[in-house]
Amino acid sequence: MEKIYDIAIIGGGPAGLSAAIYSSRAKLKTVILNEGSFGGQVVMTNEVANYPGVDLTKGYSLANTMKKQAKDFGTKLVGNIKIKNYDIQSRIKTFELEDGRVFKAKAVIYAVGGRPRSINAIGEDEFKGAGVSYCATCDGDFFTGKEVIVVGGGNSALEEAVSLTNFASKVTIVHQFDHFQAFPAVVDETKANPKINFIMESKIVELKGEESLKTAIIENLKTREKIEMNIDGVFIFIGYMPNTEQLESVFELNENKEIIVDSEMKTNIEGVFAAGDAIAKKFRQITTAVADGTVAALSAAEYLRNKKDEFEKEELLNINYN
Amino acid sequence: MKYLQTNLLEIDTEAELKQLMKDHENLVVVLGRMGPMCIPVYDILEEIEDDYPHVKFAVMGFDNPDGGIIRNHPACRGFMGIPFTMYYKNGEVVKATTSIQNYQQITDILKEKF
Repeated sequence: MEKIYDIAIIGGGPAGLSAAIYSSRAKLKTVILNEGSFGGQVVMTNEVANYPGVDLTKGYSLANTMKKQAKDFGTKLVGNIKIKNYDIQSRIKTFELEDGRVFKAKAVIYAVGGRPRSINAIGEDEFKGAGVSYCATCDGDFFTGKEVIVVGGGNSALEEAVSLTNFASKVTIVHQFDHFQAFPAVVDETKANPKINFIMESKIVELKGEESLKTAIIENLKTREKIEMNIDGVFIFIGYMPNTEQLESVFELNENKEIIVDSEMKTNIEGVFAAGDAIAKKFRQITTAVADGTVAALSAAEYLRNKKDEFEKEELLNINYN
Repeated sequence: MKYLQTNLLEIDTEAELKQLMKDHENLVVVLGRMGPMCIPVYDILEEIEDDYPHVKFAVMGFDNPDGGIIRNHPACRGFMGIPFTMYYKNGEVVKATTSIQNYQQITDILKEKF
C-alpha cells in the first residue's frame, strides 16, 4: 500500500526543522527531504549569541538540537539526497529521488534556504581549499603571516576581514561598489585597522597558481583596467543566493529568485508553502527562519484540516500513513 | 582527549591511527574541527557508514597534536582548507582532499578507490 505523508518538508535548515517540530508534534506524518546536511547555514555559523533563550552556543550545537527535536517528535529525516523529479501541482505531491525512492504528501513546505554566492572568477573552484575559502574561522590560521583578499562589503565581509588580521600580515578588501553595505560602526572599525587596505569598485576576474593560489587578477569596474596581485588567499563573503533554480517554472519568484509568499507562507500553488531564506523578505536571521517555519507548519496543518473532506472523497482513507 | 562531537569513531593518538591502518584494508579519516566546512563531511560519513561495511570511517581533531601525522603528510602539501580527508588502502594514502566535499564527491572516491 502506498505511503503518503501529511507534510513533506524540502530542506533541513532552521525553517524546515521548525516546521517539522510543529507538524510532527501536531501528530501530522512528516518527512524532511534534505539535499545537504541538516542545520543549513546555522552549521556555517561558529557562534550564535543572539538566539533568544539560549546562551552563547555553537551553530552546529543549535542545529543538532533542532534536528533531535524534530526526530523525537516523529519526523522522518531523509538527508543527503537529490530530488530527480517532482509534481507539486497535483493534490497529492510527489517527489522522486535519484536513488529511486518516491515520497508523497498532501502538503509541502519548501524551506530550501540559500548558499554562499560565488564570485564566478576563473579558478575559483580549482583553488577551493588551496587558497579560496568561505570561512575565516575555519581556515584563517592557514594564512598566518600571509597576504589575503576579502571579497565583499557587508557586515560579514568586514567583520571577517578584521578577524583575519589576527592571522594575515595584510588584508585587502575588494568590493564592487564605492561604499560598503555594512553597519557604520563595522565600517569604522575596519577602516581603522592598519592591516586592512581597500580596492573599491572592482572585482576579481581570475585566480591563478600552481599547487596553491598565487595571483588574483582584479578588474576596476569603471575603467576596466586590470591589475595582477600576488596573494596567498581569497575569502569570499558576498552574501547568499536562494536555492530556487529548479523551481523557477513552478513558483512565482521575485527578481532575486526568491519565492513569493503571503503572510501565511502560502505560495501560488495550492497546498504548497515556503519558509526561510528562500522566500522574498528583507531580514534573514535564524529567528526569522524559525518563525517562518512555524507559520508554514501551522498554515499547512490548517490547509489539511480544511481539505480533509476532499481528501477523504478522493478515497484516500485507505492509505497507510505509517 | 576528544576534540569532536560526532557519531564517528574519534582517533586520539598516532598509534591508534596506525592500528586502524593495520586492522582495516579500507580506511577514511577526516581531520577537522567542529566548523561549517567539516560538519557536512562528518554528516555524510555518518549517513553512509552502514552502506560501506568494507570501509572504516573515523575522525581526528585538527588541533590534536597527534594529528600532525595527517597534517604533515606529503599528500596534504598545499592544503589550506579544513577538513583534510584521507583515504587509506592497506595503510597507504590513495587519495586526500581538502575543504568541504559533497555526497557525490565522497561516494565517487569510495567507489573508485575501494
